[in-house]
Amino acid sequence: MSGSGHDHHGHDHGHGLGHDHHEPPAKPWQAVRTEAVESLLHELGIVDSRRVDEIVAHYEEKIGPKTGAAVVAKAWTDPAFKARLLADGLAACAELGIGGPETEYLHVVENGPSVHNVVVCTLCSCYPWTVLGLPPAWYKSSAYRSRLVREPRALLAEMGLELPPEVEIRVWDSVSEIRYLVLPERPAGTEGLDEAELAALVTRDAMIGVARVAVPSEAGR
Amino acid sequence: MNGIHDMGGLHGFGNVEVEADEPVFHARWEGRVYAMTQVLDTTGIYNLDEHRHEIELMPAQDYLADGYYGRWLFAMESILGRKGVLARAEVERRIAEHAADAGRTTPAELSGRAWPLPPERKIRWGAWRHEVEVAPRFAVGERVRVRNHQPQGHTRLTAYVRGKTGVVSIVNAQAWVLPDTRAHNAGENLQPVYNVTFAADELWGDAAEPNAVVRVDLSEDYLEALETAR
Repeated sequence: MSGSGHDHHGHDHGHGLGHDHHEPPAKPWQAVRTEAVESLLHELGIVDSRRVDEIVAHYEEKIGPKTGAAVVAKAWTDPAFKARLLADGLAACAELGIGGPETEYLHVVENGPSVHNVVVCTLCSCYPWTVLGLPPAWYKSSAYRSRLVREPRALLAEMGLELPPEVEIRVWDSVSEIRYLVLPERPAGTEGLDEAELAALVTRDAMIGVARVAVPSEAGR
Repeated sequence: MNGIHDMGGLHGFGNVEVEADEPVFHARWEGRVYAMTQVLDTTGIYNLDEHRHEIELMPAQDYLADGYYGRWLFAMESILGRKGVLARAEVERRIAEHAADAGRTTPAELSGRAWPLPPERKIRWGAWRHEVEVAPRFAVGERVRVRNHQPQGHTRLTAYVRGKTGVVSIVNAQAWVLPDTRAHNAGENLQPVYNVTFAADELWGDAAEPNAVVRVDLSEDYLEALETAR
C-alpha cells in the first residue's frame, strides 16, 4: 500500500559509513526530511511551526512523572481519595486538575505484599502520558515489548527488581485505549513524611512497575 | 496484520538498555516530528487507528532500523501522501532545495491538493468512547476464548493470545470503537472492551514462569464464549 516511494527512504545519506572525519558530521537524514516536511506544512497552513515550538516545550518542561508522583502521594495519605482513584483513575485525577490528551480511561492498579503489577504495550508504546509524560526509550524498545509478557520475573530481575517467588506478577499489556498506572507500595519508614516529601520519593519506574519506591536513607531523616 | 510491530513473546531482541537521565527528545527532529503529529491529529485528515496502521505498514527492516520517531516520520509522510495532502515528490524537491542552500524554495500551492478539508470530509480523531449504552456479552469471572482472528489489516488483537483461553477480569462496559474497522474508515463498531487474565502457562507452555499472569485488553469481537468455541 504505502510501500511505494519508501525505497528512497533516505538510507543512502547520513548513516555514518565512509564519512571523512575531518568534515563536520552530516545532518541525520531524519532531520533533513523533517525540516522539509515542516517547512511545507507550515507554508500550507496545515501545521503552524510556532504551535510545534509550544508543544515541544510543553512536553519537555511541563509534562512528566511528577504529576503521577503527586497522585500516588495523595493516594498514600488520603484513603478516600485512594478509593476513588482505584475506582475511576481519570475522575480522581481530574479532582487534582490533572487531565489531557491521549488518556481516555485510566485504571490504577495497586501493588501489595503478594501482588506486583507492571505495564507494557507489546504493539506500540501506549503509556499514560497525562500522568507520566512521554515514555522512556526502554519502554518503547523491542526487548521490553517482546520479553515482559513472556518472562516478567527474569526481566524485572535484570532491571534490578528481584521479586520473591510467592509474589504474583501481573503484566498489563495495554493494547486498547485504557491506560494503566501502578500505585506502588508506600515504603516503611515514611510515616512522618508529608505529601510533598512522599511525592519526591516516587519514581517513574515505580509507576510503570519495574522498580519499587526506595526507602529514604536514614541519613536524611 | 501479522507484522513486526506485534512483538509480545518474540525472542532475539537482547537486553533492555536503560539510559540514565534520558532527555524527552534525543534530537531536535524527534520533538518536531512528535509535535507535528500532535497538530496533524487534530486536522481531520486521519484518525488514531489509521495512524497506528500506517506505522505497521512500514517495511519490517525499516521499522527495526529507523527508531521510534523514525516510524512516526514515516507514518506522517506516508499518510499525507496517501491522502493527497503532501506528495513525496514535493518533500524530495524541498530537501534538494534546502541542500542547495540558495535560500530559494518552490512555493507550495494549494491547488490540486486535498487541503483544506471540507468539514464533511473531516475524520474524527479522538473519542474512542461514546456515551451510548452497550450490553456486555461477558461478565467478570467468565472464561472466554480469544478468536483466531488473522486480518491482513489493522487489529489490536495481539498474536500471542489468539486461540488462548482466559478469564474476564474487568468489563469496561462503555462503547469503545473497534480499531480493526476504524483504521480503514469502515465504521466504529462500538462495543465493550474486556480485560482478560491469561495464566502464564496457557500462553507460554513449557517456558512459562511460575506465579505470573498477563492481562490484556480485548474488544468484544475478539472473544468467544467458551462453550461455543469448539
